[in-house]
Amino acid sequence: MAHWQQSGAIMLSIYLILMLAGIIAAFVLGRRRGAALYDGAGIARADVHSLPIYHGLMTATFAVAPMILALALWTSFAPGLSKSAAISAAPVKEITVEPARRQLEEQALYRDIQLSASLLNQGRPLTRPDLQPAAETYNTSKSRLFWALLLAGGVFGAAGGVFGLRRISVNLRSRNAFENVVLGVLIACSTVAVLTTIGILFSVLYETLQFAARYPFWSFLTGTVWSPSSLTLGALPLFAGTILITLIAISIAGPVGLFAAIYMSEYASQRFRDVAKPILEVLAGIPTVVFGFFAALTVAPLFKGFGDWLDLTLGTNLGVASESALAAGLVMGVMIIPFVSSLSDDVINAVPQSLRDGSYGMGATKSETIKKVVLPAALPGIVSAMMLAVSRAVGETMIVVMAAGLAGNLTWNPLQAVTTITVQIKTLLVGDQEFDSPKTLAAFALGFVLFFFTLALNMVALRIVRKYREQYD
Amino acid sequence: MTDATFQPAVSGKVDFTSPKAQAHLRKRYAVEKRFKAYGLTAIGFAALFILFLVSDIVIKAVPAFTEHRLTLTLTPTAERVAAGGKTDRDTLMQGDWIAVVRDGVGQFFPQVTNRTQRSKLYNELISIGAGEDIRDTVIADPSLIGKPVRANVLLSDDADLYFKGRMTGRNERNGGGLVGVSGTSDTVSITSGINDFAAELARVRSDLQVAARLAQLEATRLRTALETVVPDRRAALEEQVNRQIGIVADLEKRGRSVGGSETLGDNTASVLVKINGGVIKLTEIGNEKASGTVLIPLKTATEAKAGEWQILTLTTPEASRKLSDQQAAWLDRMKDEGLVSKTVATRIFTSGDSREPELAGILGGLAGSALTMLVTLSLCLPIGVFAAIYLEEFAPKNRLTDLIEVNINNLAAVPSIVFGLLGLAIFLNTFDMPRSSPLVGGLVLALLVLPTIIISARAALRAVPPSIREAALGLGASHQQAVFHHVLPLAMPGILTGTIIGMAHALGETAPLLMIGMVAFILEVPSSVTQSATALPVQIFLWSDLPEQAFQAKTAAAILILLVFLFIMNGAAILLRKRFERRW
Repeated sequence: MAHWQQSGAIMLSIYLILMLAGIIAAFVLGRRRGAALYDGAGIARADVHSLPIYHGLMTATFAVAPMILALALWTSFAPGLSKSAAISAAPVKEITVEPARRQLEEQALYRDIQLSASLLNQGRPLTRPDLQPAAETYNTSKSRLFWALLLAGGVFGAAGGVFGLRRISVNLRSRNAFENVVLGVLIACSTVAVLTTIGILFSVLYETLQFAARYPFWSFLTGTVWSPSSLTLGALPLFAGTILITLIAISIAGPVGLFAAIYMSEYASQRFRDVAKPILEVLAGIPTVVFGFFAALTVAPLFKGFGDWLDLTLGTNLGVASESALAAGLVMGVMIIPFVSSLSDDVINAVPQSLRDGSYGMGATKSETIKKVVLPAALPGIVSAMMLAVSRAVGETMIVVMAAGLAGNLTWNPLQAVTTITVQIKTLLVGDQEFDSPKTLAAFALGFVLFFFTLALNMVALRIVRKYREQYD
Repeated sequence: MTDATFQPAVSGKVDFTSPKAQAHLRKRYAVEKRFKAYGLTAIGFAALFILFLVSDIVIKAVPAFTEHRLTLTLTPTAERVAAGGKTDRDTLMQGDWIAVVRDGVGQFFPQVTNRTQRSKLYNELISIGAGEDIRDTVIADPSLIGKPVRANVLLSDDADLYFKGRMTGRNERNGGGLVGVSGTSDTVSITSGINDFAAELARVRSDLQVAARLAQLEATRLRTALETVVPDRRAALEEQVNRQIGIVADLEKRGRSVGGSETLGDNTASVLVKINGGVIKLTEIGNEKASGTVLIPLKTATEAKAGEWQILTLTTPEASRKLSDQQAAWLDRMKDEGLVSKTVATRIFTSGDSREPELAGILGGLAGSALTMLVTLSLCLPIGVFAAIYLEEFAPKNRLTDLIEVNINNLAAVPSIVFGLLGLAIFLNTFDMPRSSPLVGGLVLALLVLPTIIISARAALRAVPPSIREAALGLGASHQQAVFHHVLPLAMPGILTGTIIGMAHALGETAPLLMIGMVAFILEVPSSVTQSATALPVQIFLWSDLPEQAFQAKTAAAILILLVFLFIMNGAAILLRKRFERRW
C-alpha cells in the first residue's frame, strides 16, 4: 500500500513539474507575442487591447487547462483500471457469491497484489509467489497509464498553448478573458466552505441512515444503557453526561466571562486593558490537549485527593471518582471563558453611549447603569454568547477524552465519572474498526446528533447577534 | 414642546442629608464597590488559572530535560559485537551491545548470579538503548574492539526517576553510635550503642497510623455497602467488615505503641543500613536494636564507628513504587562508586517515539506537525484569501452569497471532531487516501481553519478604505486590477496575521487527527506527506495516556515545546499587526 502511494506521489510530482514547465513556457511565449504586437510593428501601444502579461497569462491558461483535465481523469480512473487489470490476472479462486464478502475478499486480494508489486519493484522475494503474474500486470498497467498521462498531458497541453498563442492579436480581449477565469477561480474557492458543509452533512447523514437500518434509532436515542461491547447502544447516559459537564463548564465560564467583559469594557483603564486582554487571549490560544492534560493529571487528582481527605477527616462519604465530571467541567469552563468574555465584550461595547449617559444623568451609579441599562440592552447578544459557549463545550473533545470517564453512568452527581458524546465518538472510531459494524456507525450517529445540536445552537445564536447588531447600527 | 410642567413624584422636600438618605447612599456605593470587585475577581481568576497551569506544566516538564547515566569502562569483545570477525558498519550495528554493557555493570555486582536477580538488575535498571554510545564509539573506530573503552550507559526511566527523587523520598544520614553486626549475609541483627533507630521507629509508627486511617476509610465504605447489599451476599460482606475492623484495630495499636520494636512491611517506609561495604534491609526495628536481610553482602562483620555507617530511609513503601529495595540498593551502590552522573537530555529533541520513556523524543511528532501544517497552509491560504476577495469585492448581494456567508459563520462553530468524521468518511473511505498521513490531516485542518481565515481576510479587506479602490478605478484600472494590485497588498498584513493565528489554532488541534488515524505508534520520523505520521499534540495525547511515570515529564516537556511554538506564532502575528497596522 505504502509503496503504491509512494510511487504515486513520485508520478504526481513528475507530472506537476511538467505542468509547471508548461505554464512557464506558455506564459513567456504568450507575453513575448503580446509584446511583439506593438514592438516595432508600427502599432501604437494604446491600440492593443490587452497588456502583454494578460496575453501570457491567457496562453498559460489554455496550456494548463487540458493538463489539469488529464490529471483529473487519471486520478479518478487509473487506480480502478490498474486494479481490475491486476485482479483479472490473479489466479481464480472459488468465487464467493455473497456480494459483501466478495468485495472484502477482492479488497484483501488487491492489497496482496499491491504488496507483491512493491516487493517486485524492490527486487525482493514475493510473500505470495502465485500472485507474480498479477503483480507484474499491475506494475505494467500502472506505468503504462502513467506514460499515457504524460503523453496526453504533454500533447494536449502543447496543443492548448499553441491554440492560445495563435489567437493573440491586437483586438483580442485577453484581460477580460483572464479576469473571467480568475473570477471563476474565486467563486470556486468561496464554494469550498459550502462543499465542506455538504460533505459533513453527507457523511454523517449517510452513515447514520446505515446505522438506523441496523439498530432501532429510537432506542438509540432513549436507551439508558450504553455498552458498545455488548452492542447495547442507549445514548441517554452520554447525553446526560454531556449536559452535566456542559452545565458545570457554563456555570463557571458564564459568570466569570461576563464579569470579566463588564469590567474590561466599563471599568478598566486603558493600561489595565492592555495587560488583561492578552491574558484572556492566551487562555484562548492554549490547545485543548494541554487543558486535557492539566485536567487529567493535576485537577482531577487534586479533587480526588481533597475528597478523600474530607472522607477521612470529616467522615463524609463523597467517594470522588478519579475521573470526576467536576474536574473536566471546571477546566472546560476555564477554556471557554475567553469565548464568553470576548463576545460579551463586543455586545456591551455596541450598546450606545447615549443610553449610559442618560442613566448617569438620572443619578444612577455605574453598577446600577450596567445592571439596569447596559445588560438589558445587551441581553440578546449575551444570550447568544452563552449559546455559542455551550455549543463549544458540547463539541469539545480532548478535555473530556483525557479527563472524563468511559463508562456511561446515568448520574447527576458531579463527583462521579460520566462520559460524553465526543468521548464515545473517539473511543468507537480510534483503533481497530470495521467500517460496517453498528459500533462505528453509532459513532457517526453520535456525530450526527452533535452536529445538528451545535448547528441549531449556532444558527439561533448567530441570528440573534445579527438582529441585535442591526438594532443599534 | 408641550406646556406640561415637571411633576415631582414625591411631594414635599427630599432631604438628601438625612441619616436615612446617607445610609441609602452608602449602601449604593458599597454595592458599586462590590460589583467592581466581582469583575476584578473574574479576571484575577483567569490570570491565576493560567499561572497555575503554566507553572504546573513547567514543574512537571523540568525532569524531562535531564537524564542520569553511568560512565563505565566497557570491553567490546569481538565475539559479542563483530560476528565472524567482520568490523564493517552493518555487522557492528547488529552486535550485541547491550551484553557488552551488562558485562561492564556486572563487574560491580559479582554476587548477582541468579536469573531473576540478573533480570532485575540489567533489564529494569539499564536502558534498552544503553549500548548506543559504545556502539557509536566503536563504529567510528573499530580498532577499539577488545580494548577497554570508557562509555556512557543510559539508565532506565525508573532508575532515572529514583535519582531524580521522583520514585521515593530519600533520606540518608550517618549513624551516631558504635554498631555491631551479627554476620555478612542472609539475616543479620544490628545493635547500636545509642538509640540510633528511634527516628526511624517513630516514622514507621506514623506510617502505621496513616495506614490505619486508610483502612478505617475502607471499613466505612464496606459498612455503607452493607446497607444495600443483596441478602445472600450479606454474610460474606459482614465477615469482610469485621476482618477490616480487626485490621484497623491492629494497625492502630501498633501505631500508638511506645518503646519495644516494630515489624516493617508493605505499608511502611523502607529502612536500609549501609555498613562495611554492604547494605542491610531492616525487617524489624527497635530503638537500639534492629534486624534485617542483607541486600548487598558485607565485606566484614566488624564493628562500625559513628559516621562509618549510614541509615537510608526510602519514604515510599516498597509496594507503592516500581523499584524494589534491592534495586534501590544497587543504584545507591553505583552512585557511591561515583559512576552516576546527571546530564542534559537532548534526546527529546532528536529522536522519534519509543516505548521506553528514556528513549522517546518528539521529533516524529514535530515532523508530522510540520508536514501537516505545510499541507494546511498551502491549501487554506490561497483558498481562504480568494474566497474572501470574492465575497468582499465581487459577490453580488443575493440569496446565494448570503447563504455562503451564513454557512461560513456556522462552519466556524462546528465542533472540530465533526471535521474528523468528515475526513474519515470522505477522504479515507470514499477517496481511499492514505490513512494516518499528514496529507489527510492537513486537508482536514485546512477545512477546519478555512472559515477563520476567510473571516479575518474579509475584515482585513474591509479595513482598506474605498478611496484606494476608487483612485485605482479612476485611473482606468479594471475592478480586478484595483483589487489585486492595490487593495490586496494593503490588506496583506491583516490577512497574514489572521492566517498565522489560524495556523496556530490548527497546530494545537488534536481531535480531528485522532479520527483519521494519526494516533498510531510510529517509530520513524516521517519525511513525506503520504507516510504514516502523528502530530505534536497527538503525541502529547498518546504519552499522557501511558502508565510509565517518566512519560508524564516527557508529556509536559512536549506541551512546553508546543506552547513555545504557539507563543512564537502568536508573537509573530502581534508583531506583524503592530508593525504594519495602518489607521486610515
